[in-house]
Amino acid sequence: MTDVTLRVAHLYPRLMNIYGDRGNIMCLRRRCEARGIGFELTELSVGDALDPSAYDLIFAGGAQDREQRAVADDLLATKAAALRDAVESGVSLLAVCGAYQLFGRFYRDASGVELPGAGVFDLYTENPGELVARCIGNIIAEWAPGGGGATVETIVGFENHGGRTHLGAGAQPLARVRRGRGNNGADGYEGAVYKNAIGTYIHGSLLPKNPALADHVLRVALARRHAGPELTAIDDRAEDRAHAAALSLRA
Amino acid sequence: MKVRTIMAIWAGKAAAAASRVSGRGGGTAIAGLAAERFDPQIVRHLASQARAGAIAVTGTNGKTTTSLMLSRIATAAQLRPLHNRSGSNLMRGVAAMLVEEATIAGSIPDASRRLAILEVDEATLPAIVDAVQPRAIVFTNLFRDQLDRYGEVDTVAKSWERALAATATDTAPTLVLNADDPAVAHLGRGREAQALYYGVDDASAGGSSDEHASDFRTCLECGGDLAYDVTYYGHIGHWRCTKCDNARPQPSIRVTRVVLGDDVTSLTIALPDGEMKIALPLAGLYNAYNALAAVAGAIALGLPRDAIVTALEGFSAAFGRQERFAIDGRDVQVLLGKNPTGLNQVMRTIAARPGRKRMLFFLNDGIADGRDISWIWDADYETLQPQTDWVLAAGTRAEDLALRLKYAGFGNDVAIEPETSAAVARALAATPAGETLYVVPTYTAMLDVRELLAKTGGGRRFWEDDAVAAGSSR
Repeated sequence: MTDVTLRVAHLYPRLMNIYGDRGNIMCLRRRCEARGIGFELTELSVGDALDPSAYDLIFAGGAQDREQRAVADDLLATKAAALRDAVESGVSLLAVCGAYQLFGRFYRDASGVELPGAGVFDLYTENPGELVARCIGNIIAEWAPGGGGATVETIVGFENHGGRTHLGAGAQPLARVRRGRGNNGADGYEGAVYKNAIGTYIHGSLLPKNPALADHVLRVALARRHAGPELTAIDDRAEDRAHAAALSLRA
Repeated sequence: MKVRTIMAIWAGKAAAAASRVSGRGGGTAIAGLAAERFDPQIVRHLASQARAGAIAVTGTNGKTTTSLMLSRIATAAQLRPLHNRSGSNLMRGVAAMLVEEATIAGSIPDASRRLAILEVDEATLPAIVDAVQPRAIVFTNLFRDQLDRYGEVDTVAKSWERALAATATDTAPTLVLNADDPAVAHLGRGREAQALYYGVDDASAGGSSDEHASDFRTCLECGGDLAYDVTYYGHIGHWRCTKCDNARPQPSIRVTRVVLGDDVTSLTIALPDGEMKIALPLAGLYNAYNALAAVAGAIALGLPRDAIVTALEGFSAAFGRQERFAIDGRDVQVLLGKNPTGLNQVMRTIAARPGRKRMLFFLNDGIADGRDISWIWDADYETLQPQTDWVLAAGTRAEDLALRLKYAGFGNDVAIEPETSAAVARALAATPAGETLYVVPTYTAMLDVRELLAKTGGGRRFWEDDAVAAGSSR
C-alpha cells in the first residue's frame, strides 16, 4: 500500500484542543504509518480557506467558550460552505465536542439567542444555563460499525459538555449510551453520523483507546480514493488494555 | 469572642485529634468541616487576629512551593506564619489550620507576630478574599487543570475577577501579578495602582515557542491572536496582542539573569531600588518563577531583603515537589506532575539532569486529580523517552498512561502496575544502590507515594511538618 496516502486537514489546531485532541491526530498518523500508508497533515486556522476536494479526512476538536466564539465567526466566514461541500461529496469528517456543536445547524445559548453553526449535521444544541449541571464523566457507548451490522463495538472515553444536542431527521446517532449522558442525557443517543461525517462528545482522547473506531474512520476516509483498502492487523495490546480498563470505570 | 467560635474551635480540635488517632489523612479536611459547622465565619474570626495581616497565594501551578517560600521568608523576618502548608487549600483547610493554631479560649497566640500565609485553591479565592481581606494576593499562573472540576480555564479567570471586584477600595490588596502570563497580567488592567508585576527578562531561558500545552492563544481584551517575542514555557513569555495595544506589562520586579543548574538555580533579580542575587536550591525554570513570585509577595508586604535571600538560599522542597528520599542507598526523587504544563516543566527538568533515567509515572483519576485524564495527550512524554532505560506506568489509570507512553516511543509493552506499594517496590527493585529513581505522580498518587516512602525511608508525614517547622523556628 506504499502509494496510498491519507490527507488530513486539522481545523483550528491551536484554538480547539482543550481535551487532548492532539491524541486523535497522533493516533491517525500512527495507524497509517504502521501499515505503510502515507500521512499528510495540513493545519488550517483563522483566515485559511478550506479546499473541499483536497483532503480525505477533516478533523476538529473541542474549545473553550472564548476560543469557540472566535472560531465560530471564522468558520462561517471562510470554511462552512466548503465543509458542507466536502461532506456532501463523501469526504470524511470527525468532529469532537466543541466542533461537534459548531458543525450543527445552530447553538442556542442560555438566554435563548441562536448562534448559527456550519450546518454539516442536521442537529442543534441548546445550553440549559448555569443552574443545570454539565454532563461530566466517563462514558461508554455501543456502536455498530458500518451502520446496523451484527457486531457491536464499544466506544469509551470522557464527556464534559454543558450543551444538550438534539438530532434532526437528517442525522443518525453514532451510538447508544451504555453508561454516561451522551447527546442530551435524555434520549440515550451519543454522537451523530451523516454520510461519512461523524460527530461525538467523547474525548479521552477518542481514537487511541478506541482502535476499532479509529480504523473505521481510516478505512472510510481512504475508500473514497482507493478501492477497498485493506487495513492489516497491528499490535493493539496497549490499546485493548486501555479500552478494557475503561469499560469497568464508574460513570 | 462568640460562644459559637469557641465551640467551633473545640469541635475542630476534637475532630483533628480523632482523625490522627485513626492514623490516616492528617485530619485537615475533617477538622475544618467540623469547625465550620459550628461557626461558618471561623476563618474570618481567627485570621483577623493576625496583626501582620494576611497574604493569599493562588494559581494553577506553584502555589504550594511559593507559599512555603513566603512562610520561610516570614520566619526569617522574625514573624510566625499561620500557613496551611499541608496543601489543604479550600476554606476548610484554612479553617483547620487556624483552629489548630488557636487556643481553646479562642485566641491566636503571639498575635502581634502572626502573618497568615494562605495557599488558596483557584476557585476558593473569592470566599477567602472576602473572609480574610488579605494585604496582598500573589497570582502564579493559569493553566488548564482539572477541567471536570473547575470548568474551563476562563471560568477560573472570571472567578478571580469577581474576587477582586468585591474587595473594598480603601483596603484594596496589592495584586502581585505574573506579567508573563497573559491571563494573570490581565487582572491588573484598570487596577494599575494596586498591581505589582513580576516577570523574567532573560531570553536565554526561553524554550520552544511551539509547546503544545498553551492555554491562552487569544487576547482577553479583543480576541486577537497573541504573539510572543520570547516564550519560556506554555503561554508564559513576552506576549503582545497582534490587534490591540494589550501587551505584557513592564514588571518592576524582574529576573534579569537565570542560570539553570542540575540542583541549583542562580537568579539575579532587579528591584525598583537595587538588585538581589539568590542561589535557589531547586531546579527548573518553573521554580525560578515560584521564587520570583515569593520575592514579589515578600516585597509587597515590606519584608526585609536579607530575610528573603536567607530563606530562599536555605529552602528545601515542599512535599512531593522535587522532594528527595534516601531509600537503602537509592536517591528517590518525587516530582508532582498534575497537568500538562506542570508535567512538561517537570520532565524538562529531569531531562536536564545527567545520566540515564528510571521513571515511575503515576496517573490517578481521583476528584483531586481531575477525573478526566485526556490531558496526558497534551503533555510531552516524548521529552524523556530517549534517556529512559526503565519505565513503569502506575496508578488507577495505568492502562491509559501505558498507551500514552507507547505513543511517546517507550515501546508497545510498557509495564503496568495499578497498585501503589507494588509499583514503588518494583521501581526500587529495578534501581541499583547509588542510582536515582524519578517518581512523577499526580496529586493523590503523590500523597500515597510520599507516605509510603516516608515510612520506608524515615521521613516525616506532611501533617507533622507544621509542628516540626514551628518547633525549629523558635
